[in-house]
Amino acid sequence: MNLYDQQRSNRRKTWLIMIAFVAFLLLLGAGFDTFYIGAGGGVVPVGSLAALALGSVSAVVSYFSGDRAVLLSSHAQPIAEAAAQASDDEKLKLRQLDNVVDEMAIAAGLPRPPVYIVPDPDPNAFATGRGPGHASIAVTRGLLETLDREQLQGVIAHEMSHIRNYDVRMMTVVAALVGAVALLSDWARRGMWWGGGRRRDRDDRGGGAAGIIFFIVWLAAIVIAPLLAQVLAMMVSRRREYLADASGAELTRNPLGLASALETIDAAVEPTRAINSGTAHLCIADPLGREAHIGGGGWSGLFASHPPMADRIAALRAMAYQGSR
Amino acid sequence: MLGLVLLVLIGVIVVWAVASYNRLVGLRNQVANGWRQIDVQLKRRHDLIPNLVNAVRGSMDFERDTLTAVMEARAKALTATGPADAAQKEGALTQSLGRLLAVAENYPALKSNDNVKMLQEELSGTENKVGFARQFYNDIATQFNTAQQVFPTNLAAGMLGFKPAELFEITEAADRAVPTVDLSRH
Repeated sequence: MNLYDQQRSNRRKTWLIMIAFVAFLLLLGAGFDTFYIGAGGGVVPVGSLAALALGSVSAVVSYFSGDRAVLLSSHAQPIAEAAAQASDDEKLKLRQLDNVVDEMAIAAGLPRPPVYIVPDPDPNAFATGRGPGHASIAVTRGLLETLDREQLQGVIAHEMSHIRNYDVRMMTVVAALVGAVALLSDWARRGMWWGGGRRRDRDDRGGGAAGIIFFIVWLAAIVIAPLLAQVLAMMVSRRREYLADASGAELTRNPLGLASALETIDAAVEPTRAINSGTAHLCIADPLGREAHIGGGGWSGLFASHPPMADRIAALRAMAYQGSR
Repeated sequence: MLGLVLLVLIGVIVVWAVASYNRLVGLRNQVANGWRQIDVQLKRRHDLIPNLVNAVRGSMDFERDTLTAVMEARAKALTATGPADAAQKEGALTQSLGRLLAVAENYPALKSNDNVKMLQEELSGTENKVGFARQFYNDIATQFNTAQQVFPTNLAAGMLGFKPAELFEITEAADRAVPTVDLSRH
Protein backbone atom coordinates (compact mmCIF):
# COMPACT_ATOMS: atom_id res chain seq x y z
CA MET A 1 0.00 0.00 0.00
CA ASN A 2 1.33 3.49 -0.77
CA LEU A 3 1.12 6.18 1.87
CA TYR A 4 -2.24 7.56 0.72
CA ASP A 5 -3.81 4.07 0.82
CA GLN A 6 -2.35 3.54 4.28
CA GLN A 7 -3.77 6.86 5.49
CA ARG A 8 -7.21 6.01 4.15
CA SER A 9 -7.23 2.52 5.61
CA ASN A 10 -6.09 3.77 9.04
CA ARG A 11 -8.74 6.47 9.11
CA ARG A 12 -11.43 3.94 8.17
CA LYS A 13 -10.29 1.47 10.82
CA THR A 14 -10.23 4.20 13.49
CA TRP A 15 -13.87 4.94 12.78
CA LEU A 16 -14.84 1.26 12.80
CA ILE A 17 -13.26 0.84 16.23
CA MET A 18 -14.96 3.99 17.48
CA ILE A 19 -18.34 2.75 16.26
CA ALA A 20 -17.76 -0.58 18.00
CA PHE A 21 -16.81 1.31 21.15
CA VAL A 22 -19.99 3.41 21.16
CA ALA A 23 -22.09 0.31 20.43
CA PHE A 24 -20.47 -1.44 23.39
CA LEU A 25 -21.25 1.52 25.67
CA LEU A 26 -24.87 1.52 24.46
CA LEU A 27 -25.20 -2.24 25.10
CA LEU A 28 -23.93 -1.81 28.66
CA GLY A 29 -26.23 1.17 29.16
CA ALA A 30 -29.26 -0.64 27.74
CA GLY A 31 -28.78 -3.46 30.24
CA PHE A 32 -28.27 -0.97 33.04
CA ASP A 33 -31.49 0.84 32.14
CA THR A 34 -33.46 -2.40 31.91
CA PHE A 35 -32.30 -3.96 35.15
CA TYR A 36 -31.97 -0.94 37.41
CA ILE A 37 -34.08 1.90 36.11
CA GLY A 38 -36.83 -0.22 34.61
CA ALA A 39 -39.41 1.01 32.14
CA GLY A 40 -38.63 4.60 33.16
CA GLY A 41 -35.63 4.43 30.86
CA GLY A 42 -37.72 4.10 27.72
CA VAL A 43 -36.06 5.04 24.46
CA VAL A 44 -33.56 7.45 26.03
CA PRO A 45 -30.39 5.58 27.11
CA VAL A 46 -30.30 7.20 30.56
CA GLY A 47 -27.50 5.08 31.98
CA SER A 48 -25.20 5.52 28.99
CA LEU A 49 -25.75 9.25 28.85
CA ALA A 50 -25.19 9.76 32.56
CA ALA A 51 -22.01 7.70 32.49
CA LEU A 52 -20.76 9.49 29.36
CA ALA A 53 -21.45 12.90 30.89
CA LEU A 54 -19.51 12.04 34.02
CA GLY A 55 -16.76 10.30 32.06
CA SER A 56 -16.35 13.37 29.86
CA VAL A 57 -15.69 15.77 32.73
CA SER A 58 -12.16 14.67 33.50
CA ALA A 59 -11.41 14.10 29.82
CA VAL A 60 -12.46 17.64 28.92
CA VAL A 61 -10.48 19.12 31.80
CA SER A 62 -7.35 17.35 30.62
CA TYR A 63 -8.14 18.40 27.05
CA PHE A 64 -7.86 22.06 27.94
CA SER A 65 -5.07 21.98 30.49
CA GLY A 66 -3.35 18.67 29.72
CA ASP A 67 -0.53 20.10 27.61
CA ARG A 68 0.75 22.32 30.39
CA ALA A 69 0.55 19.50 32.91
CA VAL A 70 2.39 17.12 30.59
CA LEU A 71 5.18 19.59 29.85
CA LEU A 72 5.51 20.42 33.52
CA SER A 73 5.66 16.81 34.67
CA SER A 74 8.34 15.93 32.11
CA HIS A 75 10.45 18.97 33.18
CA ALA A 76 10.44 20.20 29.59
CA GLN A 77 12.45 23.34 28.85
CA PRO A 78 11.69 25.80 26.00
CA ILE A 79 14.26 25.45 23.23
CA ALA A 80 15.43 29.08 23.50
CA GLU A 81 16.20 28.53 27.18
CA ALA A 82 18.05 25.31 26.42
CA ALA A 83 20.07 27.02 23.67
CA ALA A 84 21.14 29.81 26.04
CA GLN A 85 22.83 27.30 28.34
CA ALA A 86 24.18 24.99 25.66
CA SER A 87 27.74 24.38 24.48
CA ASP A 88 28.63 25.11 20.85
CA ASP A 89 28.07 21.52 19.78
CA GLU A 90 24.68 21.40 21.42
CA LYS A 91 23.77 24.77 19.95
CA LEU A 92 24.25 23.33 16.50
CA LYS A 93 21.97 20.40 17.33
CA LEU A 94 19.32 22.70 18.78
CA ARG A 95 19.50 24.97 15.76
CA GLN A 96 19.04 21.89 13.60
CA LEU A 97 15.96 20.88 15.57
CA ASP A 98 14.59 24.41 15.27
CA ASN A 99 15.06 24.35 11.51
CA VAL A 100 13.56 20.88 11.13
CA VAL A 101 10.44 21.94 13.04
CA ASP A 102 10.16 25.00 10.77
CA GLU A 103 10.53 22.79 7.71
CA MET A 104 7.83 20.36 8.81
CA ALA A 105 5.45 23.18 9.77
CA ILE A 106 5.91 24.60 6.26
CA ALA A 107 5.38 21.18 4.67
CA ALA A 108 2.18 20.67 6.69
CA GLY A 109 0.99 24.26 6.17
CA LEU A 110 0.50 24.66 9.94
CA PRO A 111 1.57 27.37 12.38
CA ARG A 112 4.90 26.49 13.95
CA PRO A 113 4.41 24.86 17.37
CA PRO A 114 6.69 25.81 20.29
CA VAL A 115 9.50 23.30 20.87
CA TYR A 116 10.64 21.91 24.21
CA ILE A 117 13.61 19.84 25.35
CA VAL A 118 13.09 17.06 27.90
CA PRO A 119 16.18 16.25 29.98
CA ASP A 120 16.15 12.47 29.52
CA PRO A 121 18.89 10.34 27.95
CA ASP A 122 16.44 7.94 26.26
CA PRO A 123 15.53 8.91 22.67
CA ASN A 124 11.83 9.81 22.50
CA ALA A 125 9.55 12.67 21.46
CA PHE A 126 5.93 13.68 21.93
CA ALA A 127 3.36 16.20 20.79
CA THR A 128 0.74 17.68 23.08
CA GLY A 129 -2.03 20.26 22.90
CA ARG A 130 -5.41 20.48 21.21
CA GLY A 131 -4.53 20.74 17.53
CA PRO A 132 -2.98 23.16 15.03
CA GLY A 133 -2.27 26.50 16.71
CA HIS A 134 -2.56 25.07 20.24
CA ALA A 135 0.14 22.43 20.31
CA SER A 136 3.72 21.86 21.39
CA ILE A 137 6.39 19.37 20.41
CA ALA A 138 8.91 18.05 22.92
CA VAL A 139 11.99 15.92 22.25
CA THR A 140 14.39 14.34 24.71
CA ARG A 141 18.08 15.17 24.85
CA GLY A 142 18.80 11.55 24.01
CA LEU A 143 16.90 11.89 20.74
CA LEU A 144 18.89 14.98 19.74
CA GLU A 145 22.15 13.22 20.49
CA THR A 146 21.47 9.93 18.71
CA LEU A 147 19.63 10.94 15.53
CA ASP A 148 21.03 12.60 12.44
CA ARG A 149 19.20 15.35 10.57
CA GLU A 150 17.26 13.06 8.24
CA GLN A 151 16.06 10.83 11.09
CA LEU A 152 15.15 13.84 13.22
CA GLN A 153 13.06 15.16 10.34
CA GLY A 154 11.15 11.86 10.21
CA VAL A 155 10.40 11.98 13.94
CA ILE A 156 9.25 15.62 13.86
CA ALA A 157 7.07 14.83 10.83
CA HIS A 158 5.43 12.04 12.86
CA GLU A 159 4.72 14.40 15.76
CA MET A 160 3.51 17.15 13.41
CA SER A 161 1.09 14.60 11.97
CA HIS A 162 -0.30 13.81 15.43
CA ILE A 163 -1.10 17.54 15.63
CA ARG A 164 -2.47 17.78 12.10
CA ASN A 165 -4.67 14.70 12.53
CA TYR A 166 -6.16 16.05 15.79
CA ASP A 167 -5.03 12.93 17.63
CA VAL A 168 -5.18 14.68 21.00
CA ARG A 169 -8.87 15.32 20.41
CA MET A 170 -9.38 11.75 19.23
CA MET A 171 -7.73 10.31 22.33
CA THR A 172 -9.75 12.68 24.54
CA VAL A 173 -12.95 11.23 23.13
CA VAL A 174 -11.55 7.75 23.68
CA ALA A 175 -10.65 8.62 27.27
CA ALA A 176 -14.22 9.87 27.86
CA LEU A 177 -15.58 6.57 26.50
CA VAL A 178 -13.24 4.50 28.65
CA GLY A 179 -14.29 6.54 31.67
CA ALA A 180 -17.99 6.07 30.87
CA VAL A 181 -17.64 2.30 30.50
CA ALA A 182 -15.71 2.07 33.77
CA LEU A 183 -18.38 4.12 35.58
CA LEU A 184 -21.25 2.01 34.22
CA SER A 185 -19.51 -1.17 35.22
CA ASP A 186 -18.82 0.25 38.67
CA TRP A 187 -22.42 1.37 39.18
CA ALA A 188 -23.76 -1.99 38.03
CA ARG A 189 -21.56 -3.90 40.45
CA ARG A 190 -22.54 -1.66 43.36
CA GLY A 191 -26.17 -1.96 42.26
CA MET A 192 -26.05 -5.72 42.58
CA TRP A 193 -25.47 -5.41 46.32
CA TRP A 194 -28.62 -3.50 47.07
CA GLY A 195 -30.62 -3.70 43.86
CA GLY A 196 -31.33 -7.44 43.86
CA GLY A 197 -34.92 -7.13 45.01
CA ARG A 198 -35.96 -4.85 42.24
CA ARG A 199 -34.44 -7.17 39.71
CA ARG A 200 -36.62 -10.04 40.94
CA ASP A 201 -39.65 -7.81 40.27
CA ARG A 202 -38.62 -7.40 36.71
CA ASP A 203 -38.14 -11.12 36.18
CA ASP A 204 -41.74 -11.65 37.30
CA ARG A 205 -42.96 -9.22 34.73
CA GLY A 206 -41.58 -11.55 32.06
CA GLY A 207 -39.04 -11.15 29.35
CA GLY A 208 -38.71 -14.89 29.37
CA ALA A 209 -35.73 -16.79 28.01
CA ALA A 210 -34.55 -13.92 25.82
CA GLY A 211 -34.49 -11.65 28.86
CA ILE A 212 -32.45 -14.13 30.86
CA ILE A 213 -29.96 -14.64 28.06
CA PHE A 214 -29.57 -10.88 27.67
CA PHE A 215 -29.05 -10.60 31.43
CA ILE A 216 -26.30 -13.23 31.38
CA VAL A 217 -24.57 -11.66 28.39
CA TRP A 218 -24.82 -8.26 30.02
CA LEU A 219 -23.48 -9.58 33.32
CA ALA A 220 -20.47 -11.03 31.54
CA ALA A 221 -20.00 -7.79 29.59
CA ILE A 222 -20.09 -5.71 32.79
CA VAL A 223 -17.39 -7.84 34.37
CA ILE A 224 -14.94 -7.58 31.48
CA ALA A 225 -16.03 -4.06 30.44
CA PRO A 226 -13.15 -2.01 31.90
CA LEU A 227 -10.62 -4.41 30.41
CA LEU A 228 -12.33 -4.45 27.02
CA ALA A 229 -12.56 -0.65 26.99
CA GLN A 230 -8.82 -0.45 27.56
CA VAL A 231 -8.19 -2.89 24.70
CA LEU A 232 -10.39 -0.83 22.36
CA ALA A 233 -8.66 2.41 23.40
CA MET A 234 -5.26 0.94 22.65
CA MET A 235 -6.52 -0.32 19.28
CA VAL A 236 -7.40 3.30 18.41
CA SER A 237 -4.02 4.47 19.68
CA ARG A 238 -2.13 1.95 17.51
CA ARG A 239 -4.14 2.96 14.43
CA ARG A 240 -3.27 6.60 15.04
CA GLU A 241 0.41 5.67 15.27
CA TYR A 242 0.32 3.98 11.87
CA LEU A 243 -1.58 7.00 10.55
CA ALA A 244 0.98 9.45 11.96
CA ASP A 245 3.77 7.39 10.36
CA ALA A 246 2.01 7.51 6.99
CA SER A 247 1.15 11.23 7.25
CA GLY A 248 4.70 11.93 8.40
CA ALA A 249 5.99 10.20 5.29
CA GLU A 250 3.70 12.44 3.24
CA LEU A 251 5.36 15.51 4.78
CA THR A 252 8.98 14.45 4.27
CA ARG A 253 8.35 12.26 1.18
CA ASN A 254 11.06 10.15 2.77
CA PRO A 255 9.59 7.19 4.67
CA LEU A 256 13.05 5.67 5.05
CA GLY A 257 14.20 8.58 7.23
CA LEU A 258 11.57 7.74 9.84
CA ALA A 259 12.16 4.01 9.39
CA SER A 260 15.83 4.36 10.23
CA ALA A 261 15.00 6.68 13.15
CA LEU A 262 12.66 4.02 14.54
CA GLU A 263 15.42 1.43 14.25
CA THR A 264 17.77 3.67 16.23
CA ILE A 265 15.14 4.44 18.86
CA ASP A 266 14.26 0.76 19.16
CA ALA A 267 17.90 -0.08 19.80
CA ALA A 268 17.79 2.04 22.97
CA VAL A 269 16.24 -0.40 25.43
CA GLU A 270 15.88 2.00 28.35
CA PRO A 271 12.42 3.29 29.23
CA THR A 272 11.90 7.07 29.04
CA ARG A 273 11.45 7.89 32.70
CA ALA A 274 10.67 11.59 32.30
CA ILE A 275 7.56 10.88 30.25
CA ASN A 276 4.45 9.80 32.08
CA SER A 277 2.77 6.74 30.56
CA GLY A 278 -0.46 8.78 30.26
CA THR A 279 1.17 10.62 27.35
CA ALA A 280 2.28 7.39 25.66
CA HIS A 281 -0.19 7.66 22.78
CA LEU A 282 1.46 10.88 21.55
CA CYS A 283 5.06 9.68 21.73
CA ILE A 284 7.13 8.47 18.81
CA ALA A 285 7.83 5.25 20.73
CA ASP A 286 6.26 3.70 23.82
CA PRO A 287 7.97 5.38 26.80
CA LEU A 288 7.87 2.05 28.63
CA GLY A 289 10.55 0.94 26.22
CA ARG A 290 10.97 -2.45 24.68
CA GLU A 291 10.03 -4.26 27.87
CA ALA A 292 6.44 -3.50 26.96
CA HIS A 293 6.66 -5.49 23.76
CA ILE A 294 9.17 -8.24 24.31
CA GLY A 295 8.46 -11.38 26.22
CA GLY A 296 4.73 -11.04 26.72
CA GLY A 297 3.84 -12.59 23.39
CA GLY A 298 0.48 -12.05 21.69
CA TRP A 299 -1.52 -10.94 24.71
CA SER A 300 0.72 -8.09 25.84
CA GLY A 301 0.26 -6.55 22.38
CA LEU A 302 -3.42 -5.95 23.16
CA PHE A 303 -2.54 -3.35 25.78
CA ALA A 304 0.31 -1.67 23.89
CA SER A 305 -0.15 1.98 22.93
CA HIS A 306 2.15 1.50 19.92
CA PRO A 307 2.27 -1.20 17.26
CA PRO A 308 5.38 -3.41 17.26
CA MET A 309 8.38 -1.48 15.89
CA ALA A 310 9.08 -4.15 13.28
CA ASP A 311 5.56 -3.75 11.83
CA ARG A 312 5.85 0.04 11.69
CA ILE A 313 9.23 -0.14 9.98
CA ALA A 314 7.89 -2.69 7.49
CA ALA A 315 4.91 -0.43 6.66
CA LEU A 316 7.25 2.54 6.10
CA ARG A 317 9.53 0.47 3.88
CA ALA A 318 6.51 -0.64 1.85
CA MET A 319 5.62 3.04 1.29
CA ALA A 320 9.13 3.80 0.06
CA TYR A 321 8.94 0.89 -2.36
CA GLN A 322 5.52 1.95 -3.66
CA GLY A 323 6.60 5.57 -3.93
CA SER A 324 9.55 4.81 -6.17
CA ARG A 325 7.54 2.92 -8.76
CA MET B 1 -47.18 19.21 -3.60
CA LEU B 2 -45.18 19.59 -6.80
CA GLY B 3 -44.42 23.16 -5.79
CA LEU B 4 -43.02 21.97 -2.45
CA VAL B 5 -40.80 19.38 -4.11
CA LEU B 6 -39.48 22.00 -6.50
CA LEU B 7 -38.84 24.39 -3.64
CA VAL B 8 -36.86 21.77 -1.71
CA LEU B 9 -34.91 20.87 -4.84
CA ILE B 10 -34.00 24.50 -5.48
CA GLY B 11 -33.04 24.91 -1.83
CA VAL B 12 -30.71 21.91 -2.00
CA ILE B 13 -29.08 23.22 -5.18
CA VAL B 14 -28.55 26.68 -3.68
CA VAL B 15 -27.00 25.25 -0.50
CA TRP B 16 -24.71 23.03 -2.58
CA ALA B 17 -23.68 25.94 -4.82
CA VAL B 18 -22.88 28.20 -1.88
CA ALA B 19 -20.94 25.47 -0.08
CA SER B 20 -18.84 24.52 -3.10
CA TYR B 21 -18.22 28.17 -3.99
CA ASN B 22 -16.96 28.88 -0.46
CA ARG B 23 -14.81 25.77 -0.50
CA LEU B 24 -13.22 26.80 -3.79
CA VAL B 25 -12.58 30.34 -2.55
CA GLY B 26 -10.95 28.96 0.60
CA LEU B 27 -8.71 26.70 -1.45
CA ARG B 28 -7.84 29.49 -3.89
CA ASN B 29 -6.66 31.67 -1.00
CA GLN B 30 -4.61 28.81 0.41
CA VAL B 31 -2.99 28.34 -3.00
CA ALA B 32 -2.14 32.05 -3.16
CA ASN B 33 -0.74 31.90 0.36
CA GLY B 34 1.30 28.81 -0.50
CA TRP B 35 2.81 30.67 -3.43
CA ARG B 36 3.78 33.62 -1.21
CA GLN B 37 5.37 31.21 1.27
CA ILE B 38 7.78 30.11 -1.45
CA ASP B 39 8.78 33.76 -1.98
CA VAL B 40 9.30 34.24 1.76
CA GLN B 41 11.69 31.29 1.87
CA LEU B 42 13.53 32.39 -1.27
CA LYS B 43 14.07 35.82 0.27
CA ARG B 44 15.50 34.21 3.41
CA ARG B 45 17.94 32.34 1.25
CA HIS B 46 19.05 35.50 -0.58
CA ASP B 47 19.69 37.20 2.77
CA LEU B 48 21.73 34.30 4.07
CA ILE B 49 24.14 33.85 1.17
CA PRO B 50 26.44 36.89 1.74
CA ASN B 51 27.06 35.67 5.31
CA LEU B 52 27.99 32.22 4.12
CA VAL B 53 30.32 33.46 1.42
CA ASN B 54 32.07 35.80 3.87
CA ALA B 55 32.52 33.02 6.41
CA VAL B 56 34.25 30.68 3.99
CA ARG B 57 36.12 33.27 1.89
CA GLY B 58 39.27 33.24 4.01
CA SER B 59 39.78 29.48 4.01
CA MET B 60 38.76 28.91 0.39
CA ASP B 61 40.70 31.66 -1.29
CA PHE B 62 41.67 29.70 -4.37
CA GLU B 63 38.09 28.52 -4.94
CA ARG B 64 37.27 32.05 -6.01
CA ASP B 65 35.36 30.82 -9.07
CA THR B 66 32.92 28.85 -6.98
CA LEU B 67 32.31 31.79 -4.67
CA THR B 68 31.79 34.32 -7.45
CA ALA B 69 29.45 31.88 -9.20
CA VAL B 70 27.28 31.83 -6.07
CA MET B 71 27.25 35.60 -5.73
CA GLU B 72 26.47 36.06 -9.41
CA ALA B 73 23.65 33.53 -9.30
CA ARG B 74 22.24 35.33 -6.27
CA ALA B 75 22.41 38.71 -8.00
CA LYS B 76 20.59 37.25 -11.01
CA ALA B 77 17.94 35.62 -8.82
CA LEU B 78 17.24 38.99 -7.17
CA THR B 79 16.34 40.51 -10.54
CA ALA B 80 14.05 37.68 -11.64
CA THR B 81 10.68 38.67 -13.06
CA GLY B 82 7.71 36.29 -13.17
CA PRO B 83 7.42 32.68 -11.94
CA ALA B 84 9.04 30.99 -14.94
CA ASP B 85 12.08 33.28 -14.90
CA ALA B 86 12.37 32.99 -11.11
CA ALA B 87 12.18 29.20 -11.28
CA GLN B 88 15.05 29.09 -13.76
CA LYS B 89 17.30 31.56 -11.88
CA GLU B 90 16.60 30.08 -8.45
CA GLY B 91 17.42 26.69 -9.91
CA ALA B 92 20.81 28.01 -11.04
CA LEU B 93 21.39 29.43 -7.55
CA THR B 94 20.53 26.09 -5.95
CA GLN B 95 23.06 24.38 -8.17
CA SER B 96 25.87 26.83 -7.43
CA LEU B 97 25.17 26.53 -3.68
CA GLY B 98 25.28 22.76 -3.94
CA ARG B 99 28.67 23.00 -5.60
CA LEU B 100 29.94 25.33 -2.86
CA LEU B 101 28.82 22.97 -0.10
CA ALA B 102 30.41 20.03 -1.91
CA VAL B 103 33.72 21.87 -2.34
CA ALA B 104 33.67 23.03 1.30
CA GLU B 105 33.71 19.35 2.32
CA ASN B 106 37.35 19.22 1.13
CA TYR B 107 38.52 21.76 3.71
CA PRO B 108 39.03 20.27 7.17
CA ALA B 109 39.51 23.74 8.66
CA LEU B 110 36.07 24.69 7.41
CA LYS B 111 34.43 21.47 8.51
CA SER B 112 35.59 21.94 12.10
CA ASN B 113 34.76 25.65 12.25
CA ASP B 114 31.65 26.05 14.40
CA ASN B 115 30.48 29.21 12.66
CA VAL B 116 30.72 27.54 9.28
CA LYS B 117 28.92 24.46 10.57
CA MET B 118 26.13 26.65 11.86
CA LEU B 119 25.93 28.44 8.53
CA GLN B 120 25.86 25.16 6.64
CA GLU B 121 23.00 24.04 8.84
CA GLU B 122 21.20 27.32 8.13
CA LEU B 123 21.78 26.85 4.44
CA SER B 124 20.56 23.27 4.24
CA GLY B 125 17.62 24.32 6.44
CA THR B 126 16.79 27.10 4.01
CA GLU B 127 17.15 24.82 1.00
CA ASN B 128 14.75 22.39 2.67
CA LYS B 129 12.30 25.15 3.54
CA VAL B 130 12.22 26.29 -0.08
CA GLY B 131 11.64 22.69 -1.13
CA PHE B 132 8.89 22.05 1.42
CA ALA B 133 7.18 25.37 0.62
CA ARG B 134 7.04 24.23 -3.01
CA GLN B 135 5.80 20.81 -1.98
CA PHE B 136 3.03 22.37 0.11
CA TYR B 137 2.11 24.68 -2.76
CA ASN B 138 1.84 21.72 -5.13
CA ASP B 139 -0.21 19.71 -2.63
CA ILE B 140 -2.70 22.48 -2.05
CA ALA B 141 -2.84 23.42 -5.75
CA THR B 142 -3.58 19.78 -6.59
CA GLN B 143 -6.37 19.79 -4.01
CA PHE B 144 -7.76 23.00 -5.53
CA ASN B 145 -7.62 21.56 -9.06
CA THR B 146 -9.22 18.29 -7.98
CA ALA B 147 -12.02 20.18 -6.23
CA GLN B 148 -12.73 21.99 -9.50
CA GLN B 149 -12.62 18.90 -11.66
CA VAL B 150 -14.79 16.47 -9.67
CA PHE B 151 -18.40 16.00 -10.69
CA PRO B 152 -20.65 17.95 -10.23
CA THR B 153 -18.53 20.93 -9.18
CA ASN B 154 -16.86 20.90 -12.59
CA LEU B 155 -20.17 22.06 -14.12
CA ALA B 156 -20.08 25.28 -12.10
CA ALA B 157 -16.39 25.97 -11.40
CA GLY B 158 -15.76 27.53 -14.83
CA MET B 159 -18.88 29.67 -14.67
CA LEU B 160 -17.90 30.97 -11.22
CA GLY B 161 -14.57 32.11 -12.61
CA PHE B 162 -12.21 29.49 -11.16
CA LYS B 163 -9.15 28.48 -13.14
CA PRO B 164 -6.88 25.54 -12.37
CA ALA B 165 -3.70 26.52 -10.50
CA GLU B 166 -0.37 25.89 -12.16
CA LEU B 167 1.86 23.33 -10.49
CA PHE B 168 5.46 24.09 -9.70
CA GLU B 169 7.70 22.01 -11.91
CA ILE B 170 11.40 21.56 -12.44
CA THR B 171 12.22 23.61 -15.51
CA GLU B 172 15.66 22.26 -16.30
CA ALA B 173 15.60 18.93 -18.04
CA ALA B 174 18.99 18.24 -16.46
CA ASP B 175 17.51 18.47 -12.95
CA ARG B 176 14.93 15.87 -13.76
CA ALA B 177 17.27 13.39 -15.41
CA VAL B 178 18.19 10.56 -13.09
CA PRO B 179 21.95 10.37 -12.71
CA THR B 180 23.33 7.24 -14.29
CA VAL B 181 25.50 5.16 -12.02
CA ASP B 182 28.00 2.87 -13.64
CA LEU B 183 28.85 0.00 -11.33
CA SER B 184 30.87 -2.02 -13.86
CA ARG B 185 34.12 -0.16 -13.32
CA HIS B 186 36.00 -0.04 -10.08
